[in-house]
Amino acid sequence: MAEHNSSKYYVPESSPWPILGSIGLFLIAIGAANFIQQSTEFGQNTLRNTGDLGGWILITGVLVIIATMFMWWRDTIRESITGLHNAQLGNSYRQGMIWFIFSEVMFFGILFGAMFYARWLIIPWLAGEGNNAMTHELLWPDFQAMWPLTTTPDGRTTQAMGAWGLPAINTAILLASSLTLTIAHHALITGERGKLILFQGITVLLGMSFLFLQVEEYIHAYQDLGLTLEAGIYGSMFFFLTGFHGIHVTMGTIMLTIMFFRILKGHFSKDNHFAYEAAAWYWHFVDVVWLFLYVCVYWL
Amino acid sequence: MTAVAAHTDHHDDHHHAPHGLKRWLFSTNHKDIGTLYLWFSFAMFMVGGLMALVIRAELMYPGLQVVDPEFFNQMTTVHGLVMVFGAVMPATVGLANWMIPLMIGAPDMALPRMNNWSFWILPFAFTILISAVLMSAFGEGNPSAPNFGWTFYAPLSTKYGPASTDLFILSVHMMGISSIMGAINVIVTVLNMRAPGMTMMKMPLFVWTWLITAFLLVAVMPVLAGAVTMMLTDRHFGTSFFSAAGGGDPVLFQHIFWFFGHPEVYIMILPSFGIVSAIIPTFARKHLFGYASMVYATASIALLSFVVWAHHMFTVGMPLAGTLFFMYMTMLISVPTGVKVFNWVATMWRGSITFELPMKWALAFVVLFTCGGLSGLMLAMTPVDFQYHDTYFVVAHFHYVLVSGAIFSIFAAAYYWLPKWSGVMPNTFLGELHFWNSLLSVNLLFFPMHFVGLAGMPRRYADYALQFADYNYWVSIGAFWFGLSQILFVIVCVLCAMKKGQKAPAAPWEGAEGLEWTVPSPAPFHTFDTPPVVK
Repeated sequence: MAEHNSSKYYVPESSPWPILGSIGLFLIAIGAANFIQQSTEFGQNTLRNTGDLGGWILITGVLVIIATMFMWWRDTIRESITGLHNAQLGNSYRQGMIWFIFSEVMFFGILFGAMFYARWLIIPWLAGEGNNAMTHELLWPDFQAMWPLTTTPDGRTTQAMGAWGLPAINTAILLASSLTLTIAHHALITGERGKLILFQGITVLLGMSFLFLQVEEYIHAYQDLGLTLEAGIYGSMFFFLTGFHGIHVTMGTIMLTIMFFRILKGHFSKDNHFAYEAAAWYWHFVDVVWLFLYVCVYWL
Repeated sequence: MTAVAAHTDHHDDHHHAPHGLKRWLFSTNHKDIGTLYLWFSFAMFMVGGLMALVIRAELMYPGLQVVDPEFFNQMTTVHGLVMVFGAVMPATVGLANWMIPLMIGAPDMALPRMNNWSFWILPFAFTILISAVLMSAFGEGNPSAPNFGWTFYAPLSTKYGPASTDLFILSVHMMGISSIMGAINVIVTVLNMRAPGMTMMKMPLFVWTWLITAFLLVAVMPVLAGAVTMMLTDRHFGTSFFSAAGGGDPVLFQHIFWFFGHPEVYIMILPSFGIVSAIIPTFARKHLFGYASMVYATASIALLSFVVWAHHMFTVGMPLAGTLFFMYMTMLISVPTGVKVFNWVATMWRGSITFELPMKWALAFVVLFTCGGLSGLMLAMTPVDFQYHDTYFVVAHFHYVLVSGAIFSIFAAAYYWLPKWSGVMPNTFLGELHFWNSLLSVNLLFFPMHFVGLAGMPRRYADYALQFADYNYWVSIGAFWFGLSQILFVIVCVLCAMKKGQKAPAAPWEGAEGLEWTVPSPAPFHTFDTPPVVK
């Protein structure tokens, strides 16, 4: 049941930022669609956009979105600091963030689901399991089922990414970052400012080192292993899962960096630090996704 | 907390509505945003309807008369996409925006600015999608719009998809962002913004059905985003998700799509259940029969919707155990749905029924939706589905549940709540004409499709065998009749918007219950600034 405070629920006055954000998304969508067509080869289509504006529209869209986020959250932060947000509004924000993370869980869920469908069903079927003996015989009689799929039905080959080395170090880094973030969060609640700044800073650095090592790993995959997006279903799944996770770590790191600067500006108090909590939840979420990734993609 | 006192003073100065274009572009008001959603969905209903009429004009006679088969395929595709994502979904979101805060006694949606963003993404997303059709119709060289059916199966949409597929993919991403934010807003509003005393099991059923719909949206829109992203990389970056040569599988696309797609059909129908559950008790002048069982039935339908997706793909080739599982699970859904139909009928049993316009639409919904449900039960049987799959029987089935189901219930909702939205009663004479013409034409339009489908006429073709000619002629007559009938509804809505008509009291329907009828008609710009107490 909803909590009731003495103050009214804050309903903001009209705001220009959402529509600006819509324009930003519009530019990103148009720009990305054209940029991709202009910069890659595909299909047998002759009727396609071959100009060179797509990239610029895309960049403009991204800048508009960044401006939107800056202005929108500037408004929100001002409202929060001037005390317009009551506890009920805090609940709205928290519940909203939880459901947003749930939608992200579903996004990664379907990627994992697709990977297991490929591992457990597609590849055995292509190799003739079940009632697929004739499929196997007629399409690719030399194909052998295996995971990671290092030789595709049409004969492309790659090497699998090992679980030890960089991925193991990255696992340790992410787990450590969750720990340091929790220490920082406790420091925020107990009011130990020095400890908070120190551990928040360490968390941001750990996030950045994870991303750096991830880039190293991708370079290794492309240059030494022949593991690319074009290397068949194993490469597709590998880069989709680790890539989208990497994008989320990037977002999380940016969020934690902004929180670091907001801590320096003294924005948060023991009772009023929803933005910090949300960023922390998000970080723990990407951490948990990584554990599943490490076990299912790298290890097993 | 001294600032809070200052805020209260500040807020009291702002009880007037903003004016002009800014009112609509920058709005944080749930009623204005609801209105925007409703008008937008109505516009999309007209656009999608025009595409349907192109389809029916071509199919009126056998042979090719009106459009190229290539353009015909684009029409079936974009008609489906516009109706699903542009007409039905935004219409129910508009109803949610208008009614949920009024029904639970909240001052607004929980996150008003995000609410504005959810709406204003949509016109831009559909600009992108429809621009592909305009380029195809009028552009140099007529580059094809999406032409692979609204289900965009790989490899039609990947290897063989036209260049505009990329526009389609990005616009679907935008619609997904809009839906997820809108759904989060509904969930948070319902869970966090209820007036004191409004316990979960006292909420009107419309609020319940929307809460569950919103849960489905948050759960499956990311799945759709995943599917279109995989399409994009398969098309341009050499991945092999849907290509068997690289170890992927086109069938994987179908699994992912329908894991989204089946909950999606309940996203479109559950709010309708809520609407009908509000209207029937009002005009039967009885409480809703079996309120709790309605809530549980809605939840069961939603949960079951996650484990039935493969009934859309029985003919694609699946292990027998899988086929049986999906067949039985699908049939299981008829149990909670049957509970609902039973409860609506039991609500009317020995009630003092009157047949005002909303009630007429609601009754038509109950009967015709049940027809669509029963043909769905036939399609659920695997061996039978082998005969029906991809025929006009399927087209008849889902148009019965979506047009005479979802759309009829949206009309019912409009006639029921227009007095509250506009302050005037909808014109009864035009409304009656709209109802009877729609009711008769919708059956002429969709009922014969059962017969041609059973006889084997496949869907998504611009031409057909001569034996289907007579039925198709009458189906097309029904289509144009139905399409023209909707002009009456335009007039009804415009008259209400212009405040032309009999003035509506706060509670225009005699038997109606609920908080929305305690505020004046039209509802003031701000309502329930101080929450009402529900006993």
